[in-house]
Amino acid sequence: MTLRDLINKLLGREPASATTAKQRLQLVLAHDRSDLNPELLQQMRREILEVVSRYVEIDLEEGDVSLETEDRVTALVANLPIKGTRPLMSGMSASGGATVPPGTRP
Amino acid sequence: MPAASTRYILICSGKGGVGKTTLTANLGIALAKQGARTAVLDADFGLRNLDLLLGLENRIVYTAQDVLSESCRLEQALVKHKQEPNLALLPAGNPRMLEWLKPDDMRKIAAMVGDSFDFVLIDAPAGIEGGFRNAMAAAREAIVVTTPEVSAVRDADRVIGLLNTEGVKPIQLVLNRVRPKMMANQEMLAVDDVTDILALPLLGLVLEDEQVIVSTNRGEPLTLSDTQSPASRAYTNVARRLRGEAVPLIDPSKERQGLRAKIGRLMHTKIF
Repeated sequence: MTLRDLINKLLGREPASATTAKQRLQLVLAHDRSDLNPELLQQMRREILEVVSRYVEIDLEEGDVSLETEDRVTALVANLPIKGTRPLMSGMSASGGATVPPGTRP
Repeated sequence: MPAASTRYILICSGKGGVGKTTLTANLGIALAKQGARTAVLDADFGLRNLDLLLGLENRIVYTAQDVLSESCRLEQALVKHKQEPNLALLPAGNPRMLEWLKPDDMRKIAAMVGDSFDFVLIDAPAGIEGGFRNAMAAAREAIVVTTPEVSAVRDADRVIGLLNTEGVKPIQLVLNRVRPKMMANQEMLAVDDVTDILALPLLGLVLEDEQVIVSTNRGEPLTLSDTQSPASRAYTNVARRLRGEAVPLIDPSKERQGLRAKIGRLMHTKIF
């Protein structure tokens, strides 16, 4: 965070427009490069969540599937907080593969 | 056969109006002044302007079209610059050429021109359509021009994607019309933002400069006589870097002196 960002935050002002520009560009380019429109991504997100929730109990509100780009390579990144394991999976470690350990969310 | 050392450089952008043709004209003059035999090809057949920027619009008799249809020899179509004999322009033909021109035709023209020049700069049309693909066919390397604006950067990204697909490399970036004051205030994408997003090495940084408009009005590229204005220095440095010289890039934040600049830099400082 820069000094300017801090002052803006304290005064409740919007961030400088360059920051907004960069964020918007990164998002739009990730979609352009992958040729996936937001609707397709939403559908994919729903289906991924569906498959994963067959095995573990995930927080459907918090689950996020998005595109990230670094050095012109675009990756599909799924961040799925696990609330708990399904009963049929009992005996396995509950925290395996979770980005947020169970019980830390309200 | 063209000399193996001839460099075919495509000058392109996604969006129009970011300064492609101005860069081509200034770079052409700067390279020629540095002793390199340079040809500039106007590959924007739909909306040609390179002749106007070089002040050569009244001296055009034949065009690339006449060369292709063998109505004239290449030497007849090449227009030598008045003050800078190392520079020649091959004018674009009639917009109707777009209907039949093929990538192979561009390769043919470029190969003919390459015979007697060290650098062949190809001024591409904006966009990613047929005209651009024709221009790209003749290129072995590329300079992508963009301004630090969201629309220009997005469109540049599409062009870079196409160049990558066609295997044109190296691809380098010229960031044009940079406003140091706005950058210091974070009201304009920073240089690093643009190079990070596009993942290209920076070949040059050109500050917004009113002299560019004046020189365009006159049909005399800045690099021809002006050596002091910020844009002229930037174009000359791009030419030197292209020829392999290690010329340091300017730091836009240092281009502004005084208290306001200092405060601007302080505001930019990362605190945590």
